[in-house]
Amino acid sequence: MKVPEKQILMGLNGDEAAAYAVKQVNPDVVAAYPITPQTIIVERFSEYVADGLVDTEFISVESEHSALSCCVGAAAAGGRAFTATAANGLALMWEITYIASALRLPIVMAVANRALSAPINIHNDHSDAMGARDSGWIQIWCENSQEVYDACIEAWRMGEHPDVQLPVMVNLDGFTLSHTLENVLTLPDEVVQEFVGERNFMRVRGHMGEAEFRLDPERPLTIGPLDLPDFYYEHKLHQVEALKAALKAIPTVDEEYWEVSGRKYELIHPYRLEDAEIALIGLGSTMGTVMHVVDELREEGVKAGALKLRIFRPFPEEALKEALRGIPAIGVLDRAISFGAPGGPLYMEVKTILYEEDDRPIVVNYIHGLGGRDTPPDLIRSIYKNLDQARVRGRAEERVVYAGVRG
Amino acid sequence: MSVDKPSWRELPPGAIPYLSSAEYETGDWGVSNPSIDLSRCTRCTLCHFYCPEGAIRMGEDGYPHVDLRYCKGCGVCAEECPVKCIRMVAKA
Repeated sequence: MKVPEKQILMGLNGDEAAAYAVKQVNPDVVAAYPITPQTIIVERFSEYVADGLVDTEFISVESEHSALSCCVGAAAAGGRAFTATAANGLALMWEITYIASALRLPIVMAVANRALSAPINIHNDHSDAMGARDSGWIQIWCENSQEVYDACIEAWRMGEHPDVQLPVMVNLDGFTLSHTLENVLTLPDEVVQEFVGERNFMRVRGHMGEAEFRLDPERPLTIGPLDLPDFYYEHKLHQVEALKAALKAIPTVDEEYWEVSGRKYELIHPYRLEDAEIALIGLGSTMGTVMHVVDELREEGVKAGALKLRIFRPFPEEALKEALRGIPAIGVLDRAISFGAPGGPLYMEVKTILYEEDDRPIVVNYIHGLGGRDTPPDLIRSIYKNLDQARVRGRAEERVVYAGVRG
Repeated sequence: MSVDKPSWRELPPGAIPYLSSAEYETGDWGVSNPSIDLSRCTRCTLCHFYCPEGAIRMGEDGYPHVDLRYCKGCGVCAEECPVKCIRMVAKA
């Protein structure tokens, strides 16, 4: 493993870590609209543009709908395009998120996760990205600013992988990560440049013969025209296959990134699960607190474990089943509500994949942290306690627990 | 369906059309076709310009000819014809 000696330790919050990584990638186009808590990403990046530190065309747009539309155009023209948003901004992009993935455009977007209105709230939860979970994007979830930095470099290679060619969403918890200064190890510019290399293009058979999948007057293609009932369904299967391929491609990118950075990422991050009797699964910054609580509980003799899901889309079904096998009680942390559903989005998917297991565990859903509500170690402890009671009893008293709400 | 359509595995990625629009024959969409009474036609060319599909061409004889491979039977030509020499005839 040849880890560059000159990794520079910088004090960066999550937003700055994203902006700095993207600066090193030096994409062709950044089109973005400021929205809390993502604003710092766009502010920093526009400073890089103003200072001449990047070659990027920065497009100031009038809305997030336009921001992602510009990225679609730029990526279709063969460029590398980046944008960033949060909450209602992502909601306004909703139409275009489906277009970006269906057109197989490897755009990278940072989402500083924030609660959706109403009532208006600028703080963290996952309702924004969960609303986009069916849109066909790869979703990376970060626990700290270091992961944000690394994800904003790796994302390009994941999305542009020849078998994948899909947009990638890098999720960082609003304020908890976006505005919290942390130590971040950064790679030299040339290492990042070499790692991301040049953009890969699909080869396609267009109406004028074979061509690279990009708008080029010499090799014209029609991108995104009307698809009637006799073709649309087939084209959706392409997206299904691309996300399946991503499940195989992401670990190869992680492996290469490990070689250049010394930091090894995986689809999932199991923590002290080997002999665990109770385990919590979740996304994002909360998992740092959860792993801290696991250490405390272990010292007290409680067989607790945790599993951080780094890649939520594509859903790493096999890796999860493997890691969870034999654990009698599993709690799923959801920082979002799926109104009217049997539980939170992550809970429903975890429970679905466990249905065919021979030894089905007890699965309990813990909704938490909505609208930035703090999830301190004490709350995590009480969740583990509740889960352990379910394990001992052999069933959950409540299938969906609203943890940390005033009762 | 006028063309044998490939499976999803054979289609190019990115949802791009692999045939030009000339190869998508849309003549079977409509319920009627225009019938032009050439004896009354003034060769004004308006039907040629109004046809949304480009399915009416002006021939070397100076008269309009409908390409039924593409005509969707919309009736715009019949509506616009100044001398009303185009009649929409229901398909058998």
